[in-house]
Amino acid sequence: METWELLSKIIFLFVILAITLVVAMYSTYAERKVAAFMQDRLGPNRAGPYGLLQPLADGLKMFMKEEIIPTMANRTLFILGPSIAMTTALLTGVVIPWGGNLTIAGHVISLQVADLNIGILYIFAMVSIGVYGIMLGGWASNNKYALLGSVRAASQMISYELAMGMAIIALVLTTGTLSLKEIVDQQQGWHWNIFYQPLGFLIFLVCAFAETNRAPFDLPECETELIGGYHTEYSSMKLGFYLFAEYINMFISAAVIATLYFGGYNFPFLNRLPLDANVLTILGSVVFFLKIFFLIFLFMWIRWTLPRFRYDQLMNLGWKGFIPISIANIMVTGVVIYFKELFF
Amino acid sequence: MTFLFYLLAAVAILSALMVVFSRSPINSVIFLIICFLSIAGHYILLNAQFLAVVHIIVYTGAIMVLFLFVIMLLNLNTSNEPHKSQLTRITAVITGGLLLLVLIAATKDAVLIQAKNPADYNIGLVKQIGQTLFKQFLLPFEISSVLFISAMVGAVMLGKKDSKKN
Repeated sequence: METWELLSKIIFLFVILAITLVVAMYSTYAERKVAAFMQDRLGPNRAGPYGLLQPLADGLKMFMKEEIIPTMANRTLFILGPSIAMTTALLTGVVIPWGGNLTIAGHVISLQVADLNIGILYIFAMVSIGVYGIMLGGWASNNKYALLGSVRAASQMISYELAMGMAIIALVLTTGTLSLKEIVDQQQGWHWNIFYQPLGFLIFLVCAFAETNRAPFDLPECETELIGGYHTEYSSMKLGFYLFAEYINMFISAAVIATLYFGGYNFPFLNRLPLDANVLTILGSVVFFLKIFFLIFLFMWIRWTLPRFRYDQLMNLGWKGFIPISIANIMVTGVVIYFKELFF
Repeated sequence: MTFLFYLLAAVAILSALMVVFSRSPINSVIFLIICFLSIAGHYILLNAQFLAVVHIIVYTGAIMVLFLFVIMLLNLNTSNEPHKSQLTRITAVITGGLLLLVLIAATKDAVLIQAKNPADYNIGLVKQIGQTLFKQFLLPFEISSVLFISAMVGAVMLGKKDSKKN
């Protein structure tokens, strides 16, 4: 790898990191504004114009709070918990193709940090490691509510990972590749995977809600039963890390859904516009981010519309609802592909 | 690359030792997770990305979560660890020694296998593994999947039996 390529990758990595953090930061603001809109309120409007500085104020508050580690807690694991949650949340953005290729001074720069040929599986692996952050944090707090919250989180994430994996298998059957870049490139024009895998998309979306612990699947932190769930004992920036990791996960899940099912940075008539290739690439990235923002809005919309599940309902939905449906989806997809290859 | 190999190997061996030596089961589980991650790193060094990721998903993401889950539910700690009698210790030492003996006997006459395609760096990628599994080793692959299904059905049956008794 040449020096300029390495350098461009490193710069791009930091840009992605910054974008992820800023989007996650302003998701907290958007969430409160959306909630306010849904409930016919005004929402935060004191800090700055339209309350735009509210996330900064929140962050400052988190930093200034007293840091408390319970006496009976396991100190190492107590600190390790939020760190793992934050790290795995940030690691996922590496394989997402944020745009096409830019050509600057003769050098082609790909707007994707790493084009792994197992991109989907990498995201899946990071999600499955992310469970440890919640589990270890909840256990190390030495608090029964935290423990219950983390046990709930772990069983919920394991259950929904299965259905999610099977939705991905059906998608891989249609695309024939595990690389996210190739999946996006196949979806040019209107060939979005949502039209080929509508059921798979639905399963993936619901499982993404469950994996990010968002309402109606927020039982791990169910306030009415468990105080705060796994982060009951946390304060200061360690609590901030947990809350922030949730928003980063939401952003990344929205990006993954947009990549897998909504054509990523493709949009219809992309190739017919009489524009420079670089401009088209940037336009594609802008469209990609618009798709992501819409999906983030969808996450919030559902959170403020639907009530929380009961825990047995959640388990029934996962094991008796989604897993059989996703297996059926795989079978139907396989049969259709087989006959398509046989006859056409 | 060599430096990375030695680093990963050192981490793997040290964490594997810590699994055995640490007193608290939770710490053992965490060291086992680190051990698995470093083994996944070895796979990446061999350019076997698929194996590495599947290793992380299956071992780190599923099996170890279940381990941790059980330990958390039973709340196993050093404080309430059942005291082991002298007899158990002696038995454990003898069994471990015998296992070591068997392992040494088995590896004593081992010969270094020559790699089939030493220059093929694509051997660990999805396509190659899929071709090998579904062409060369189709029957063993399918039989092992039947084995897994039978284990799953067995586990469900065992679980059902218990609930009826209550």
